[in-house]
Amino acid sequence: MAILGAINPMLTAGLNNDDAGWHLADYEKRGGYLMLREILQEKRPQEQVINEIKKSVLRGRGGAGFPTGLKWSFMPRSFPGDKYVVCNSDEGEPGTFKDRDILRYNPHSVIEGMTIAAYAMGANRGYNYIHGEIWEIYQRFEEALDEARRAGLIGQNILGSDFCFELFAHHGYGAYVCGEETGLLESIEGKKGQPRFKPPFPASFGLYGKPTTINNTETFAAVPFILKVGADAYLEAGKPNNGGTKLFSVSGHVNRPGNYEVPLGTPFSTLLEMCGGVRGGRKLKAVIPGGSSAPVLPGEIMMDTTMDYDSIAKAGSMLGSGAVIVMDETTCMVRSLERLSWFYHEESCGQCTPCREGTAWLYKIIHRIEHGAGRAEDLDLLESITGNIMGRTVCALGDAAAMPVQSFVKHFRDEFAYHIEHKKCLVPLEVQRAGSGFFTASE
Amino acid sequence: MLEIEIDGKAAQVPDGSSIMDAAELLGAYIPHFCYHKKLSIAANCRMCLVQVEKAPKPLPACATPVTNGMKVFTHSDLAVKAQKGVMEFLLINHPLDCPICDQGGECQLQDLSVGYGGSVSRYREEKRVVIHKDVSPLISMKEMARCIHCTRCVRFGQEIAGIMELGMINRNVHSEITSFVGKTVDSELSGNMIDLCPVGALTSKPFRYSARSWELQRRRSVSPHDSLGSNLVVQTKHDRVMRVLPFENEEINECWLSDKDRFSYEGLNSPARLLKPMVRVDGTLREVDWNTALDYVSHGLKDITGKDGGDALGILASPHATLEELYLLHKLARSLGCGNIDFRLRRRDFSADGKTAGIPWLGMKLAEVSDLDAALIVGGFPRKEQPLLAQRLRQAAKRAARFSFLTAGGDDQLIATHARLNVSPADLPKALAGIVKAAASLKKAAIPAGLETQEYCANSERIAQSLIDGEKTALFLGNMAEQHPQAALLHALAQELANITGARLGFFGEAANSVGAWLARAIPSGHNAYAMLEAPRKAYLLFNAEPEFDCHNPRLATAALKQAALTVAITSFKGGAAMEYADALLPLAAFTETSGTFVNTEGRAQSFNGVATPPGEARPGWKILRVLGNLLGISGFSQNSSEEVRHEIFTSGPFVSGLDNRIKDIALNLAAPSPVQGQLQRIADVPIHFADPLVRRAPALQLTRDASAPAARIHPETLEKLGIANASKVRVRETDGNGEALFVARADATVPAGCARIAAAHPASAGLGDMFAAIRVEGVR
Amino acid sequence: MLTPESLQKIDREVAKYPTGQQQSAIMASLAIAQAEKGWLAPETIEFVARRLGMDPVAALEVATFYNMYDLRPVGKYKITVCTNLPCMLTGGVDAGEYLKQKLGIDYDETTRDGKITLKQGECMGACGDSPVMIVNNRRMCSHMNPEQIDKLLAELQ
Repeated sequence: MAILGAINPMLTAGLNNDDAGWHLADYEKRGGYLMLREILQEKRPQEQVINEIKKSVLRGRGGAGFPTGLKWSFMPRSFPGDKYVVCNSDEGEPGTFKDRDILRYNPHSVIEGMTIAAYAMGANRGYNYIHGEIWEIYQRFEEALDEARRAGLIGQNILGSDFCFELFAHHGYGAYVCGEETGLLESIEGKKGQPRFKPPFPASFGLYGKPTTINNTETFAAVPFILKVGADAYLEAGKPNNGGTKLFSVSGHVNRPGNYEVPLGTPFSTLLEMCGGVRGGRKLKAVIPGGSSAPVLPGEIMMDTTMDYDSIAKAGSMLGSGAVIVMDETTCMVRSLERLSWFYHEESCGQCTPCREGTAWLYKIIHRIEHGAGRAEDLDLLESITGNIMGRTVCALGDAAAMPVQSFVKHFRDEFAYHIEHKKCLVPLEVQRAGSGFFTASE
Repeated sequence: MLEIEIDGKAAQVPDGSSIMDAAELLGAYIPHFCYHKKLSIAANCRMCLVQVEKAPKPLPACATPVTNGMKVFTHSDLAVKAQKGVMEFLLINHPLDCPICDQGGECQLQDLSVGYGGSVSRYREEKRVVIHKDVSPLISMKEMARCIHCTRCVRFGQEIAGIMELGMINRNVHSEITSFVGKTVDSELSGNMIDLCPVGALTSKPFRYSARSWELQRRRSVSPHDSLGSNLVVQTKHDRVMRVLPFENEEINECWLSDKDRFSYEGLNSPARLLKPMVRVDGTLREVDWNTALDYVSHGLKDITGKDGGDALGILASPHATLEELYLLHKLARSLGCGNIDFRLRRRDFSADGKTAGIPWLGMKLAEVSDLDAALIVGGFPRKEQPLLAQRLRQAAKRAARFSFLTAGGDDQLIATHARLNVSPADLPKALAGIVKAAASLKKAAIPAGLETQEYCANSERIAQSLIDGEKTALFLGNMAEQHPQAALLHALAQELANITGARLGFFGEAANSVGAWLARAIPSGHNAYAMLEAPRKAYLLFNAEPEFDCHNPRLATAALKQAALTVAITSFKGGAAMEYADALLPLAAFTETSGTFVNTEGRAQSFNGVATPPGEARPGWKILRVLGNLLGISGFSQNSSEEVRHEIFTSGPFVSGLDNRIKDIALNLAAPSPVQGQLQRIADVPIHFADPLVRRAPALQLTRDASAPAARIHPETLEKLGIANASKVRVRETDGNGEALFVARADATVPAGCARIAAAHPASAGLGDMFAAIRVEGVR
Repeated sequence: MLTPESLQKIDREVAKYPTGQQQSAIMASLAIAQAEKGWLAPETIEFVARRLGMDPVAALEVATFYNMYDLRPVGKYKITVCTNLPCMLTGGVDAGEYLKQKLGIDYDETTRDGKITLKQGECMGACGDSPVMIVNNRRMCSHMNPEQIDKLLAELQ
């Protein structure tokens, strides 16, 4: 995979998809660790760092879009005991693959971002939780940590200052729900990754019961760049209330799937163009603009939308993690939803009733519809079940499982009704098969 | 305090309360499954979703903290819709097999489904199948498809029992409760998981399919086993005890029961129950009627005491007997001029007699144990001897109380431990003296006479320091400290330590009525329990006691009873050694079949009534003794009820007076014989399910791991020195005397070097003598 | 039970966490044990649990929760194919079918020679490289068209 395009890049500036350019020396050549050095040298007040992040309106890149500076300000900075900074690199939201590239090509940006964050919040220990399936990336991050440790950039008395921050990598082992921040904390504690109910929030009761802040990989990676260019410049790179650039992972039926760093507010049509347009010149059918948990939108709505938190929300979906799943006219929406529903049912942690039972029920019904055993009342039943899941679960996985169902049925109800009535798909099987390009294309 | 309004009713609740707490305070019921007041909050069932003003989504009452001015609606449309939604999810995979489910009629899911469930299911897919498990002789896990994943059982293990034996494995809809592959659930508190299970997933194996809950009559009672006197609900059907459940008493057992308290009732229905009096005629025990039997016994006692004086008789009474029974025994003994009466059957050292200020007891209320900052526990295995007291210590330790153990035999008490000293029984006094000396040095107090040259280790100092630092501190003597050959010395040393540190001194107590027996004065003015066996008597009267298991030295006991001209056993059971040594067996009603009183270790007198008719011709002990008194022509035996007997002892309760642990005039003589080459010292624990005649006959408990046959457990290094392989057969011989027995040797690093831990109170070790004797261990073949 | 090398690796993982929090190393320790043994037998899980001072069933919870642990023996090579939606759109499911046909086995089955086990995976965070698959939890293979799959299978034979 690779970073295939950018407009005014920050995080990916100077990277050229080169597996050799990730080392400490390379990062420093690109201006890396300057900010950390400066802050420690100046003994910059913690508030000043946090305020800068607040001003940049950096919003959490993991999916929820919560303002990062505000989150940092919740940490009891003067609390004397252990405090933790945790990076969420458990990137498993279908459609999302940006953090993997950041860790692959620019791991030190995450290390620097986390160290600055730890400084700002008075944390003394950190963990980067890395998705289980990307072992090679985990190993690279471990190497990057060793480099940073040897150079005195993390560990005890960083760069001769009295600031200490121990940073480690924790390797996941296959559980989507650990991307939920409290599930992730449970997982680091050596338990099942079952999310905790909130309150209390991690800022007061986090890892090992201690104050903890968790941010996404891309969020941490953005921190040194924000401080370098200044909050105002960063904010301006995007649009009001949607500061900066964002990495978009574009997958599905486009000619060049990959990561693209563009300013927030870039029109979707521009992004699609950068990806070489829809594969085979076919017609755009639908787009999931923010990872599989975000509601699907018909292609025509997307073509009128810009890629930022507020615009996508207005269009009826979520920017989420910036994972853009593009579906063309060869796509069967029932089959697509069936696969997503299988995923949510499979990845439900099993802890709370509506999610454990509800996701399995949803899957069974959609599976029936796809396999010609749908019933007339099924669509209303799906609607009702999703209503009973949403807002009733411990964590957001319940909502994440329900929203695709609601949006798929809402926007493509005719297609579902056709399946139920005719026991087959509107899109002929051979068309679907050709759409995947598996047997034809070899790039 | 915070203001809250629930369904229009206002209340003030303490800071940190949840909506559920507030609702309980207001008497508003919020449906729930996973929430339990004694367990951590899981918030996983989602049944307690309620509407909170200004919150866009329904919130779980159990996990939502009250904020000032909060308005909660538990029955609004939003709340009820959420609750009904959850109920539908709970039921879709639940087998709707209530008619054949053992939980039917007392099932939270069944009850709540009436209010919140639909009459028709919208779920038309296949239901989940969950494979059954076999993890315990006590808990049935046959129908795990009924499980609703509330994880109460898992949390109970982690938080209350202190050991996680059940977990929820897998994830998503395939989540299931199970033990580790092939492992059993062995906690001595496991039965509570049955109570906690809100559905019919975990059910009582002994009780299953024997009765419906609505067929049962419920009566309160008190457990006759450990020194807590846990409160019981005894359930009967057709005059037969079918089940025992906890009666909640926050000050004693909280809402829990140990498995012994819960499942020993099976012994009540044992085929070994003695149903008719028996008398030895021409060398053979024959069933006779009560008149014949009483006539035989009264004549026998009269003859012997008349001819040889009261001193020819020895009376051994069980500390599991009631206060009333023990009191009448005391009266009987006194009238017969017999000073040889004792209930302290497992005691070896009686040199404290006459030097103590009062009745030994816990030294505080049970509930106060939960508030301790620090304590030292000397001797004993509280987890198996006082399971629910250990549970209180466990909870206190979780909130940073510092508990230390000075023991012989380092079983994991599952209590977070501050410091531990694990020494041989012979070294217990020295080790305790070390802590005393450390405390005196730290406090700059006078060194007690006898300890001038005593040395101590860093751990002793840590222990002493914790007792000095804490505000609420205690010093507890466990069962081993009472059974120890130098019990008085241990007591005196503990007294010194208490004096120096300000810690309160207490005894855990051996049995349900150990304190009551003192109160009833079932104590000797002549020979004590050990002496009356060491110097055999002509006649013995045994009350609810089986000396071959219940006495300090079973070999000595059996020999003494066998040589006696007359041995009368007032007992609930027949069989075993009694059939050889007893000349008369009088059938005794068990605790559920009589009224009476137990005084627990905190000095609380708890009276109870019979809940079932005694089987066959068994009769309440107080009645048997009363009639015996009449037949012997003794005055003061005209009581018409057990209450009348009790009123002779004390009239007002619930706490008895005369409790005092102080001791004086015991020389702190720490000289101990040096160990002899090749000899080991025995450490004898009393296994939880062998401690009294009733529990020994409870079949399900006898199948638990706690009831497995005792081995000779020896430190691996000692074993190696002896040249004995782990798991090989060994012969254990006493060095004084001729007792011997065969065991399997087990390497066990928790046993101090130079010791062999061999359980007492078990047929396998009944051929041995003193509990802490010097022994030799040899390989067999 | 485990080689000194594996134990050393486990110790290294334990050192990442604060004193008294060695349970945090359970995931890594189980992964290390699995890498050595090929799969996680109950006795392996119990061994690792005891080493970290955990109740064995707590370790079993972990081993059964995360789907990269194998609680049954697998082939010398385990190929996990992502079939999630973004991958499905661009050949992930087809790649799985292709593998099934080539190997003559279904998902969760092992070839008769014990060489290869086929699994269906969930999102691997590499959707842009679809079809993707991982070999033995460690090696990610991208853009796996029929030609590439043939090459991989030839290499594993």
